[in-house]
Amino acid sequence: MKTLLVAEYRQDTLQENYTELIAFAKRFGPEMAMFLVGNGSGELPRFQGPLYLAEASECGEYNPGLHKRLLQDVVKKQQPDMIVFCHSSYGWDLAPRLAVGLKAAQISEVVAEQDGKLTVPACNSKLSRTVEITDKPVVVTLQAGAFPLGSDPDGTPEIIAVSAEYTGNSRLTGYEAAERTGVDLTRSEVIVSAGRGIGKPENVPIIAELARALGGEYGASRPVVDSEWVEHNRQVGTTGLTVSPKLYVACGISGAVQHLAGMKKSEFVVAINTDRDAPIGEVADVFAVADLKQLVPVLTEKIQAR
Amino acid sequence: MKILVCIKQVPDMESKFKIDGDGLWYERDELAWRMNEYDEYGVEQAVQLKEQTGGDLTVLSIGPERVKETMKKALAMGCDRGVHISDDLCHLRDSFEIGSMIAEFAKDKGFDMIFTGMQSQDRGSAQVGVIVAELLEMEGITTIVGFDYHQHRITVRRELEGGVKAVVEAPLPAVVTCQLGLNIPRYPTLPNIMKAKKKEMVTVDGDELNRVGSLQQPGAMSVPVKQGGGLYLDGQVEDIAERLLAIIKEKTSVLA
Ligand SMILES: Cc1cc2nc3c(=O)[nH]c(=O)nc-3n(C[C@H](O)[C@H](O)[C@H](O)COP(=O)(O)OP(=O)(O)OC[C@H]3O[C@@H](n4cnc5c(N)ncnc54)[C@H](O)[C@@H]3O)c2cc1C
Ligand SMILES: Nc1ncnc2c1ncn2[C@@H]1O[C@H](COP(=O)(O)O)[C@@H](O)[C@H]1O
Repeated sequence: MKTLLVAEYRQDTLQENYTELIAFAKRFGPEMAMFLVGNGSGELPRFQGPLYLAEASECGEYNPGLHKRLLQDVVKKQQPDMIVFCHSSYGWDLAPRLAVGLKAAQISEVVAEQDGKLTVPACNSKLSRTVEITDKPVVVTLQAGAFPLGSDPDGTPEIIAVSAEYTGNSRLTGYEAAERTGVDLTRSEVIVSAGRGIGKPENVPIIAELARALGGEYGASRPVVDSEWVEHNRQVGTTGLTVSPKLYVACGISGAVQHLAGMKKSEFVVAINTDRDAPIGEVADVFAVADLKQLVPVLTEKIQAR
Repeated sequence: MKILVCIKQVPDMESKFKIDGDGLWYERDELAWRMNEYDEYGVEQAVQLKEQTGGDLTVLSIGPERVKETMKKALAMGCDRGVHISDDLCHLRDSFEIGSMIAEFAKDKGFDMIFTGMQSQDRGSAQVGVIVAELLEMEGITTIVGFDYHQHRITVRRELEGGVKAVVEAPLPAVVTCQLGLNIPRYPTLPNIMKAKKKEMVTVDGDELNRVGSLQQPGAMSVPVKQGGGLYLDGQVEDIAERLLAIIKEKTSVLA
């Protein structure tokens, strides 16, 4: 099967996740090409095969209408059976536009492949769906981290320059950095995180208290931060921090992939959750099936009394 | 200003899920239903825009009869009318088909702004909003966590990995897909819940809007095999705490 891989470039930087595209595509055979709106005189993907390259200085880092048009032209030349994106802010934005343009099916957030069938999560990973590729070309996006390359990428691409006239009404005017002030969780050896299961902001202190008793800091999942119960600099996950403490205690956190991505490298993970089936179980070394409002204060007390 | 917000009814994610008889979706009896979380941010932003511009706001949902319950919440939050696109089989349709039904409904209505969630919590394809934008040839911007409207233009913040934001400007008409944390969705007040009961709710037969069919077969639904292999602790809180403490002492160095 011929694949076309769509690499990403953001804030003048080639994104490393292109290696995951290669790892996935290898399962379908060696015939692959890549597409990138990037910088020809900057860092390029290490990859053996044709690289269709447009210049971000001309085509914009984010200009989905134009990037779609460029891709459509490449698809015409290359005739791939499958076009592969990362399921990222670039990929989930651009992939459906190309799919509509090609009248092709799109399979989003692929986590596994077997015998050419693709598995995608449903209902916060509590379920999964396995779909067959029936018509070609097909557009797929890959869940971040699901297909690691396992070795350093190598090769020198054969560059084919592509360009298009700048069009599109929407315009990227700049970037804003994530707020990172105050405590630095990435240095903590112990993190106790509060999830939506804490129920109300008044319960943040019981989490903070356990963190203190264990000599660490408290963190949070996204809904707790979005509700403004905890500051953003404590958010763990893809749009927050990536942490790897010696001990991570997830309290009332279901374990969505975007949260797991930020904490699964922790050395030891304890989950406290009333729902035994919560996907946090996939990464927990110990899973306490309990109401955190009852368990956490008792645990804190026992640690303090030690 | 004519505004449309698309909402999906989804099950509570803390439910215990079973597979449906045909093996293609989850069993839908005995579930608690609610508004897709991402769509709550869409409704709130749409209501704020309506309040700012004095616009007219329609909420749309495709699904069986029960989705009207969820639409009532959107009406109580401030939408002016509901359009229920009745379709008992929408769970078997792919995002392209759902997107084209919405586009078919919207195409001659002159909406200036369409809000959708960035993804649905059950299907999670993150496609429908973009498909609607493409089919209607409107600007489409995904994953927004900030929204400003000024003189028929919008300035939005797109959330990128690591919490970085891209600031994007676009003229209307536009579709935006809303990410968690875009705003703080309001709770419907009792008087507004009462008022919502009198608001118009139109039902359109889904078949009439469905011109294209799916591009992708639904595929088999399954419960993934647990791979975790961690230790589960059940029982009295006292006991669990005692055992947890012992395990933390034994397996980690943090209490040394
Ligand atoms: C692009 C993108 C980026 C994202 N980035 C992030 C990110 O960086 N970080 C992040 O965390 N999320 C992120 N998310 C959101 C993520 O998908 C989930 O929505 C989020 O992680 C859920 O948070 P939660 O587990 O606290 O809440 P929920 O999923 O609502 O889970 C609450 C849990 O609490 C349990 N519970 C309830 N009551 C109790 C109780 N009394 N005692 C014990 N347990 C209880 C429930 O069983 C449930 O498992 C992102 C999503 C997207 C689409
Ligand atoms: N059945 C539906 N009815 C109305 N809107 C929907 C429906 N399905 C999806 N949407 C909208 O499309 C968004 C993205 O859904 P999805 O592409 O399924 O992840 C949702 O957040 C909704 O705003």
